[in-house]
Amino acid sequence: MSNWKLICPLDDIPPLGSRVVQRTSGGDIAIFRTATDEVFALHDKCAHKGGPLSQGLVHGKRVTCPLHGWNFELASGQAVAPDVGSCDTFEVKVEGGDVFLAV
Amino acid sequence: MKKSKLVLIGNGMAGVRTLEELLKIAPEHYEITVFGAEPHPNYNRILLSPVLAGEMQIQDIILNELDWYAEHGIKLHTGKTVTRIDRVRRLVIADDGTEEAYDRLLIATGSTPFMLPVPGNQLGGVIGYRDIKDTDEMIEAAKRHKHAVVIGGGLLGLEAANGLKLRGMDVTVVHLGPWLLERQLDEVAGRMLQKSLEDKGLKFLLQKQTEALLPAADGSRVGAVRFKDGMQIPADLVVMAAGIRPNYALAEAAGIHCHRGIVVNDTMQTYDPRVYAVGECVSHRGIAYGLVAPLFEQAKVAANHLASYGIGRYVGSVTSTKLKVTGIDLFSAGEFMGGRDDTEEIVLNDPAGGVYKKLVIKDNKLVGGVMYGDTADGPWYFQLLKDGRDIHDIRDTLIFGQNLVGDVGHAGNSKAAEMPDSAEVCGCNGVSKGSICKAIKEKGLFSLDEVKKHTKAASSCGSCSGLVEQILASTIGGAYTPAKLDSKPICGCTEHSHKAVRETISAQHLTTKEAVFDFMEWKTPNGCDKCRPAINYYLISTFPHESRDDPQSRLINERAHANIQKDGTYSVVPRMWGGLTTPAELRAIADVAEKYQVPTVKVTGGQRIDLLGIRKEDLPGVWADLNAAGMVSGHAYGKSIRTVKTCVGAEHCRFGTQKSMDMGVKLEKMLFDMYAPHKVKLAVSGCPRNCAEAGIKDVGVIGVDSGYEIYVGGNGGIKTEVAVFLCKVRTDDEVMEYSGAFLQLYREEGWYLERTCHWLERVGLDYVKGKILEDEDGRKALHARLLDSLKDARDPWQTSREAKPIKQFIPIKLEA
Repeated sequence: MSNWKLICPLDDIPPLGSRVVQRTSGGDIAIFRTATDEVFALHDKCAHKGGPLSQGLVHGKRVTCPLHGWNFELASGQAVAPDVGSCDTFEVKVEGGDVFLAV
Repeated sequence: MKKSKLVLIGNGMAGVRTLEELLKIAPEHYEITVFGAEPHPNYNRILLSPVLAGEMQIQDIILNELDWYAEHGIKLHTGKTVTRIDRVRRLVIADDGTEEAYDRLLIATGSTPFMLPVPGNQLGGVIGYRDIKDTDEMIEAAKRHKHAVVIGGGLLGLEAANGLKLRGMDVTVVHLGPWLLERQLDEVAGRMLQKSLEDKGLKFLLQKQTEALLPAADGSRVGAVRFKDGMQIPADLVVMAAGIRPNYALAEAAGIHCHRGIVVNDTMQTYDPRVYAVGECVSHRGIAYGLVAPLFEQAKVAANHLASYGIGRYVGSVTSTKLKVTGIDLFSAGEFMGGRDDTEEIVLNDPAGGVYKKLVIKDNKLVGGVMYGDTADGPWYFQLLKDGRDIHDIRDTLIFGQNLVGDVGHAGNSKAAEMPDSAEVCGCNGVSKGSICKAIKEKGLFSLDEVKKHTKAASSCGSCSGLVEQILASTIGGAYTPAKLDSKPICGCTEHSHKAVRETISAQHLTTKEAVFDFMEWKTPNGCDKCRPAINYYLISTFPHESRDDPQSRLINERAHANIQKDGTYSVVPRMWGGLTTPAELRAIADVAEKYQVPTVKVTGGQRIDLLGIRKEDLPGVWADLNAAGMVSGHAYGKSIRTVKTCVGAEHCRFGTQKSMDMGVKLEKMLFDMYAPHKVKLAVSGCPRNCAEAGIKDVGVIGVDSGYEIYVGGNGGIKTEVAVFLCKVRTDDEVMEYSGAFLQLYREEGWYLERTCHWLERVGLDYVKGKILEDEDGRKALHARLLDSLKDARDPWQTSREAKPIKQFIPIKLEA
C-alpha cells in the first residue's frame, strides 16, 4: 500500500518546470510538470554522469539533462535512443490541486 | 480506422529510405508491403566496392536486418520480381503469382548495368556490376581465373578494377573516353589518377572501342576481348561498367508516363496520382540520378507527401563525387570543367607532390571544383558551392582550403582519411576515428546529425564537426551530402531552418512560442532543448518589449543566473565593470566566500572573480549579499554580454594613447543585460600593444593616437579566429555607436548559437560594412534599437530573488 505524502500545491511547480524533493536518504527526487499539467517523478540523477535532471528542460513528456543533453522519458525513466540507461521513477498524483508522492 | 495499404516495389536504398522517413513522421499511416527481387534485406550498395576489395564483409553492409521489417510490421517478399502493375484493380503481381493490393504505390526499381550490344555479351563470365550476386561472382572468378577486363573507366569500373586487382587478377580497364572519369574529372586530374592506378598495377586502354567478346577454347565462358582496331586481349572475366539504365519497363508497361525513366514531378509523384517513384528509376526534370545523395533527398520529399503532410519539394541536386579506392583521394563537384566565357578558374598544380586542385568560379561564387591528392577540403568547398556563398573576400586563399581562410582550430586540420583508427576525433567526448567509422558502417549513418546522436562525436563543443564530416565523406563516399546551411532544420521537431523561423516570426508578427509552434506546424507539442531556447531568443530579440521572456524555455544557467557545474552546484561571478573593482567589493566577495563556505575562488580570463561550488538554495542569499555591496550579475552563464576586458590605458600606462578602462566601462554599461544568439565578449586596449587581447573578441577596440580602431568577429575559444578590421573612429561616442550597431545587427540577424565569427563567415564582412559604415541612418537606427531594447534592463539577480520564481531555488524537504 502506497503512503501518499503531500508535496506542494501544483501551482508551486511551473508548467514545463520542476521542483526538487530532498529525502533524508536515498537521494533527491525531481518532480516535473508538463504543459498539460501531468506530473511525473524521477530520481534526480542522470543515468549518464549523475546530473540533476530537475535542472533540465522539460518538453513534451521528456526532460533533457542539463549537463550533457541526454533525454529521458518522464513516464518510464528510460533514456531516449540512441542513449541507453534509465532512472528510477516514483508514483506521483495530483488531487485537489495538490501534488502527492508515494513513499 | 482502417490503415491504407502502401506497396513498395524495390527493396533498395532509395525505397527503404523513403519508408524510414515515412515511419519517422507517420508510423501508423500505412500497412506496408515490400517486394525485392534480390534474396537479401536492404543493403548499402555503395559499399560493395570495399567488399570486393576485401576491406568489408557482406554482413557489414546490411542496412536493415530482417528484424527491422518485422519490428515495423512490414510484410517483406524477397526474391520475388514484380512483373505487372494492374492500375485499374490497384494490384501488384509478382513472378510467382503473389498479389498485393495497394492504395498508394511506391516504385523504386533502380537501374541495371548497361550491357554493350556486342557479340558474345551473353557468354559466361560476362557480368555487370550492380549487386551482391555480381560481387560474389567476381570474388569467385578471382579465385580461379587470371585475366579480367573492365569495360568502362567510370567510378564503378575503377572500383571494380581495383577490387579485382587486390584479389590477385591481372586487370585491364578499357575506356572509350579520352581520359578516365571524364564526367567527374578534367584531363589533368584524369591523367594523375591513371598514373597512380598504373602504379598499383592496373593497365589501361583508352579510346578503345570493343567489337566482340570471344569464347574461350572450351566454349564454356568468355576467353578474350577484341577491339575495332583488331587488337585482342585475353579475358576470363569481363565486367561491364559502361553506365546504367533506369529500370522503368514495369511502370511503362502499366501505362505510366516514362521518358528515360519514370517521369515524376517535384513531389515525386508520377502521372498516376496514386503512384510515387524514387531513386535511379526516376526521371526528374529530365535528369536521372545515379548517385545516392540525391535519392535520399527524394526519399524525404516522397515520404512527406505519402504521409499526407504535403510540404516539401524536390528541386534537383548538385552532386559530388568521391572515388572509393583506398589510397587515392579525388573529389569533384558541380561544373568542374570550367573553360567557359563566364567562368574563371583558380588552379593549383603540383604534379611531383601529387596534388591538383581546380576551382571554377562564376559571379564570385564557387560553381564547381576538382581535387586530386588532397581532398580534405572537398566537403567544405561543396558546402560553399551549395550555399552559393559570395567568395570574393576569401578568394586569395580559397585554393589553399579552409585552414588558410582563418580556421586555426583543429576543425578539419588533419586529413580524415590518413588518421589512424585510434586517433581521437572528438576531444570532448573521447570518440576515436575508429568508433565513428564503425558506427557509420554498422548503423548505416549518412548525416552529421546521425553521427552526433549515435557516437556523441561533435555533439558537445562542435569544433570537430568539420573533421567528422570528412570522416563521413571518406567512409561513405558520394552518399554524403552536407545539408544546405540555410535550409538545415533546427532540430527534429521541425523541417524549418533558423533562417525560416527568424523570418516568419518577424513577418507574421508572432510573439509567443505557442504561436510559432502553431503557425509553423511543429511536430512536437512544445519543442525540445534545441528549438525552444532558440525561439525564445528570436521572440524577445525581435519584439523586445512586446514578447515576454519565458524562463522555462531557457536552459538552466539562464534560469538560475549562475553556471551549473558537474556536481550540480553553481558558480557565481559578480560583474566588475571593465574589470575594475574596489577594496569594498573585494571585501564583500571575501565575506560571501566565507559565509557560504565557497570551496574555490578563481580569477577568470575575462578579468572577473568566480565563486565556484555554491549550492542552488544558497544562490538567493549570495546574490542578496553581493547586491547589498552594490554588485550585480556578471552574466557569466548566458548567451549574452559577458565581459569587456580592458588594459590600464592612458590613465596610468606610459604607452597608453586612450583611456581604455573608461571606454570599457562605458561599453559594458551600455550593453548590460544584453542577450544575443551566443555569448558576446569585448575588449578595449589603450594602444596597439593591445594588452587586452582585443584581436580575439567579438568586438575589439584598440586605441591609437588619433582615435580608435574597431575590430569585429574575433574568437578565442573553440575556433580561434582573429577579429577583422571594421573601421576607425575618432570619439568615444562613435565607438559606442559603431559597436552598438554591429552587435544589434548580429542580435537581429544571427542564428541562435552562432558566434559573431560564424555569422560574419556566413553573411560576409562586406554585408556588415554596408550596413554599419555606408548607411549612416541605418547605423544610427540599429544603435537606437539596441538602446531601446535595453532601456528596462535590470539586474537579474535582484529581479529573481525578489520575484515569485524564487521557489525554484528552494528544495522541498521530505521527512522520513
